[in-house]
Amino acid sequence: MSDLASTLEIASCTDPGMVRSHNEDSIASDPARGLVVLADGMGGYNAGEVASGMATTVIVTEMRQILTGTEPHQIDPRTNQTIAARLLREQVLKANSSIYQAAQSQPQYAGMGTTLVVSLFYDNRVLVAHLGDSRLYLMRENALRQVTRDHSLLQEQIDSGLLTLEQAKNAQHKNLVTKALGIDPSVEPEIHEYPTRPGDIYLLCSDGLCDMVEDEDIGMTLQTLGANLKLAAQQLVQMANDNGGRDNVSVILVRVLREYPGARGVMAKVFAWLK
Amino acid sequence: MAKLILSMDGLVLKEIPLTKERTTIGRKPHNDIQIDNLAVSGEHAVIVTILNDSFLEDLGSTNGTVVNGNPIKKHFLQNNDVVELGKYKLKFVGEAAPAAGASTDKSDFEKTMVLRPSAMRTTDVSKSAAGPAQRAAAVQHAAASATATGVADATKTVPPAMPAAAPAARPAGQPLGAIQLLSGANAGKELELTKPLTTLGKPGVQVAVLTRRPQGYFITHVEGAARPNVNGQQIGPAPHALKDHDVIELAGVKMEFFLKG
Repeated sequence: MSDLASTLEIASCTDPGMVRSHNEDSIASDPARGLVVLADGMGGYNAGEVASGMATTVIVTEMRQILTGTEPHQIDPRTNQTIAARLLREQVLKANSSIYQAAQSQPQYAGMGTTLVVSLFYDNRVLVAHLGDSRLYLMRENALRQVTRDHSLLQEQIDSGLLTLEQAKNAQHKNLVTKALGIDPSVEPEIHEYPTRPGDIYLLCSDGLCDMVEDEDIGMTLQTLGANLKLAAQQLVQMANDNGGRDNVSVILVRVLREYPGARGVMAKVFAWLK
Repeated sequence: MAKLILSMDGLVLKEIPLTKERTTIGRKPHNDIQIDNLAVSGEHAVIVTILNDSFLEDLGSTNGTVVNGNPIKKHFLQNNDVVELGKYKLKFVGEAAPAAGASTDKSDFEKTMVLRPSAMRTTDVSKSAAGPAQRAAAVQHAAASATATGVADATKTVPPAMPAAAPAARPAGQPLGAIQLLSGANAGKELELTKPLTTLGKPGVQVAVLTRRPQGYFITHVEGAARPNVNGQQIGPAPHALKDHDVIELAGVKMEFFLKG
């Protein structure tokens, strides 16, 4: 698997916000393997931090090991999906059972869980897995688009026509997610794949950002500060805090600098074998 | 807790608290709110209450359900909505949310929680076993489940929340800032800083951003080898607070920042 560190520019920022005393969000990335992970933990005392920390750690370390020496874009004959899609799903399930078991075996962690959004960049595409209300946005050609759809009560009510988007802004139960990692013994993450283009900026964020900052302002920030990704990440967090910062805020920004096709053909196989 | 006030010809007949997840309205006696009038269908409408939100749905009634003068099929009830069924009127009074929220633990509000189907069954059992008083408490405490969307029950307590987290409006009293160019081809030109972010400079050469925050205006270096000067001093990498009549020098152009009254 090729090294993507020079292909992707990654910047991140996480902050407890203005109200909470501790940060239950966790972020992690492995630029060389094109992997970024964001999790927003929940559960009493410090269990939320434990759950989100476990999720990011398990997924990054396991994926790092497993991706070494594989060509993630190849099709897995058993599932007819790319190898990457199968591996990512397996690692998410692994993280789920780790958190679930910890929550079962240790009373202080009972009921803990976490939302999750993971992006794996490979072969000119991005593979996205998510659970809960942490989101992935894409900034392409100066337009911001929400890529993931929340697993939340509010989203289901919007989908079923009970609420309009305008009413949803004033609803009082923004915090109820319908899917999360570590709550049940098994879980099915939503996984999709999208082609990427050089110049794309991907934004992973916890609900602390999208609840406090309008999409329009997020778009404007990425448009004006896209040249300086680190600053854009800090600016987004600052805007959430300036608007009240009622929740932990985390953002990861990934810019695609150039094309990164996966290695194909006989030579690639030989190289893979030599590694 | 939200409630309905039933009235006819301006006379209040009774108040009905919305304690149940589903409150049915109709002519037949098994309804939670029975209205014995021929204009009302046997099973006329239902109000589904999810946490602090109530939804009214017409159950295919003969004469329809009207809210604030408009016929509806489904409606998200707002405080002071008036539901009309024939000659009867039902006024919806929402929860006095801010007052209720103030007494509860604010830090719990907005904490992310999970809903899952497995929790719904256990709550249903406890509800049917409990007495009416306990049941009311259970509804308020464990929160109602969301049959309308086929979703399940909250696993944890949801305190009556404060109004939702709409991003705070920008402070109205904050003076508006502007910049006036002092040199270059557009000298004399003025630019009002109404947006939260305004970029200045030449992309690829030197760019800075002016941010509008509750505390005032700040300038931050974005790109370029050199950072901009403010009053002849190069600014640091961190955002720099701007004062009235500060002079900014950026990409060879001088400009003055000032506050409008």
